[in-house]
Amino acid sequence: MSDLTGLTLETALADLKARRVSAVELARAHLDAIERARPLNAFVLETAERAMEMARISDERIAAGSAGPLEGAPIGVKDLFCTRGVRSTAGSRILGEFVPPYESTVTEHLWRDGAVMLGKLNMDEFAMGSSNENSAFGPVVNPWRSSASNRPLTPGGSSGGSAAAVAADIVLGATATDTGGSIRQPASFTGTVGIKPTYGRCSRWGVVAFASSLDQAGPIAKTVKDSALLLRSMSGHDPKDSTSLPVDVPDFVAAVGRSVRGLRIGVPREYRVEGMPPEIEALWARGVEWLKDAGCEVVDVSLPHTRYALPAYYIIAPAEASSNLARYDGMRYGIRVEADSLDEVYEATRAEGFGEEVKRRILIGAYVLSAGYYDAYYLKAQKVRRRIADDFDRAFETVDALLTPTAPSAAFGLGDNTSDPIAMYLNDIFTVTVNLAGLPAISVPGGLDAAGLPLGLQLIGRALDEETIFSLAGVLETAAGGAGRPQPWWAA
Amino acid sequence: MTIDTATVRKVAKLARIREDESRLDSLAAELSGIMDWIDQLNEVDTDGVEPMTSAVAVRLPMREDLVTDGGDPDEILANAPAARSGFFVVPKVVE
Repeated sequence: MSDLTGLTLETALADLKARRVSAVELARAHLDAIERARPLNAFVLETAERAMEMARISDERIAAGSAGPLEGAPIGVKDLFCTRGVRSTAGSRILGEFVPPYESTVTEHLWRDGAVMLGKLNMDEFAMGSSNENSAFGPVVNPWRSSASNRPLTPGGSSGGSAAAVAADIVLGATATDTGGSIRQPASFTGTVGIKPTYGRCSRWGVVAFASSLDQAGPIAKTVKDSALLLRSMSGHDPKDSTSLPVDVPDFVAAVGRSVRGLRIGVPREYRVEGMPPEIEALWARGVEWLKDAGCEVVDVSLPHTRYALPAYYIIAPAEASSNLARYDGMRYGIRVEADSLDEVYEATRAEGFGEEVKRRILIGAYVLSAGYYDAYYLKAQKVRRRIADDFDRAFETVDALLTPTAPSAAFGLGDNTSDPIAMYLNDIFTVTVNLAGLPAISVPGGLDAAGLPLGLQLIGRALDEETIFSLAGVLETAAGGAGRPQPWWAA
Repeated sequence: MTIDTATVRKVAKLARIREDESRLDSLAAELSGIMDWIDQLNEVDTDGVEPMTSAVAVRLPMREDLVTDGGDPDEILANAPAARSGFFVVPKVVE
């Protein structure tokens, strides 16, 4: 690992601005590190030439005094974001060698502000999964290993490539997306910081759709401040996404380091689930103490419908997915499997192009939306969703934020949960509620477990109040001392 | 089981995904397992609850009905599995 890849985004930007390092040097160092880290399988496409070209332009802009807020910062892009002229796959076979003729709004904002693209990051197919094992490009390997064994662990999912790349110091930050926990659970598993902002904060335009009423983009980064820097650039109203909120982007960076004295923090009792490992309980208790030490008042709250969030999600998300993914028909882009009739072409193309989990969810979606079942399932789930959102509204009448663990365990072994879909779904038990309610939530490293693996704490905020959870996350980060960095075994 | 093999066959047809006959039994068991787990939603009293259809309560904006993009068929057709003379080539639809 070179000194340059060990930098945080914040320090790298300061070094670039002071001309202590050039954008070209920084990009070169990261491209070399990416090459050495290929055993992690974090990238599905490395864009070295484009990175060097963007870095050269950044150096010119820095020299000319016209640098943007992220000028010269090399980052990775989850392959769910469409990037103009650069293959975008969503981790699926069905998109084939699809090269978008347009750029997603979120990545457009990042390039506008001077960021440099290193490549496209691996992910679960169409962002469906919690272990990255559903990728058509094979699973990502977590840079972290248990102190007890060298067996490969999952970096979580679906933004597994983003989280692994940040943890392995091969990117300064990454874009990610979160439909049920896909930013926060991988951040928790890799000792990184990940924030899912309020629904509507980031434009969904040009992001391959999974479940449109739940999907939100956000960053995964090395520190809380780095995540604030990235989110500030990624956010903003976009007329091309009708659910994008027409509100100003606050200075998230300024919120990090702000005093949290006097804030009221709720600890939702329903998140204390049966069979929760004692180490997660201990992590949570530490988080409570750290916030009390910083002058917060911590109170018990109740979110009575918490346990129904996952089953409601597994109606709403597959229903929306079955509709969104109807567009992959082999006619206008992606692969086509030839057959005798039009219907058989559709059926063969989709059978060949989609992986098992994606097919499973499309079938569930088609089932719950089919004639005679709509009210019993889809409508019921939408009503339960309202109940869950109402729980949060009531809690936020008396508290400013909520503190929970991010995930019910540390990173597990590749292959450990693949035989039972529901066991895999339970990974999102603490994260999915927030997507249903549209609220912002951040995962911040809270320390290591006995096997030396990172564990994350989650802070949930009021809608459009990312600033409070950034401030609180900064306090937790300082108190926990960060997760540290994994040993770079892959570069040996 | 909530979902039998006939239902899987029907749903796969609706979703335009070919599933081999040999897979239908195991798929039915898998999907039934998931649907049985989902059935716990029936414990929730939702009488009089308004269904939540979007994550944030905002009115969908209106915009002028104007052409703002387009006019580059070559760029769009570049990703097509088959294209000719500025058109997508698709399998025969009408016999």
